[in-house]
Amino acid sequence: MTERVPILRIGDVLLVSIQVDLEDRVVMDLQEDLSNRIVETGARGVVIDISALEIVDSFVGRMLATVAAMSRVLDAETVVVGMRPAVAITLVELGLSLGGVRTALNLESGLAVLRRARAAGLGYVPGRPTSGFRPDRT
Amino acid sequence: MTHDGGAQRLVDLLTAQSDEFISQWVRSVGESLRGRISLTELGQELNELYAAILSGLQHGGLASRGEAFAEVRSLLMELSRNRARQGFTPTETAISVFALKDVLERSLSGGGEEDVRAYLQFARLLDDLGLFTVESYARTREEIISSQADQLLELSTPVVKLWDGVVAVPLVGTLDSARTQVVMERLLQALIDYDSTQAIIDITGVPAVDTQVAQHLLKTVVAARMMGAECVISGIRPQIAQTIVALGIEFGDIPTKGTLADALRHALSAIERDRKLAEEYGGGLL
Repeated sequence: MTERVPILRIGDVLLVSIQVDLEDRVVMDLQEDLSNRIVETGARGVVIDISALEIVDSFVGRMLATVAAMSRVLDAETVVVGMRPAVAITLVELGLSLGGVRTALNLESGLAVLRRARAAGLGYVPGRPTSGFRPDRT
Repeated sequence: MTHDGGAQRLVDLLTAQSDEFISQWVRSVGESLRGRISLTELGQELNELYAAILSGLQHGGLASRGEAFAEVRSLLMELSRNRARQGFTPTETAISVFALKDVLERSLSGGGEEDVRAYLQFARLLDDLGLFTVESYARTREEIISSQADQLLELSTPVVKLWDGVVAVPLVGTLDSARTQVVMERLLQALIDYDSTQAIIDITGVPAVDTQVAQHLLKTVVAARMMGAECVISGIRPQIAQTIVALGIEFGDIPTKGTLADALRHALSAIERDRKLAEEYGGGLL
């Protein structure tokens, strides 16, 4: 039996904190579990914490994009938090820009990003995108 | 063995008139350095060197790369290092060794065939040692240059906290890939350290922007965005703006500002807008 990434629920938000090495199997399980939980709980936001990840390859980069797209279809916004500088540099060097994935420095600002996205989604805000937020992707 | 014979003859010669040789040597080197180094200091250096060469000849013959000349080599390395640091030219450094030839040559006038052969052998030995001096001199200079380059890199890429939630990198000098790497690492770390969501890259001090530099800037901005921060590029001078347009460089959706003040205003209003948005309308979520 392989390890599974725990998915915690806080209010309307699901928190996924990745603490294990992301093998392909783990990633597939996570995608499946997460989509199930979003439907079960009716969550409006997903926070993926990758502060424990020291190595990110293109597969993980694509996984983040897939998860974001998947939850959007289920009407939940995704934000990736806690990316380390080394990881960001690696992704840039790999030519991945994680387009369409919202990012934030830490959990707290991640939740703020979700709130803003929610507000924007409810049509409160005309005009410019906010930090890490791309209106063209909503 | 002829070599040993030559070496023995040299040892005899050098021992017999050592005081005279050394004082002549010091004088002739002193002249070439034109008083930029004190004669006492020079005398001390050359005395040690002379003794080391003599003992090298006694024990190791004329093989200048051999074990017996280790002492000579380390003294020469020390000497070249000091000369390089004090700003002497390579010629002035090498002359310290070559001058010994002249000194010996003068004392040989009228000598027999054996003396001439010994002198030639000694000259070859000194050529070797002279080359070694120049080599060490060059190596020292390279070390100095590379350490200065490192220092420059350290000095020219500070990341400063400008306001709560705003950090800035004032870039000074040309932006190449090595510097971009350093800037990127520093900036991203500062975002975490100061918990900042806005970063300003100020390029007032960058003399020219070409496609390569723009590419580096874009990379940095993309990396910062991936961490969850927004970047503004500021300090774009009129000429730079013209070059950017002429080259067809696209900064995409990255905001650019003329001055750091404008960029700071932009960053602060973005923070304020984000805060209001989350506070007033984002209810129902946590």
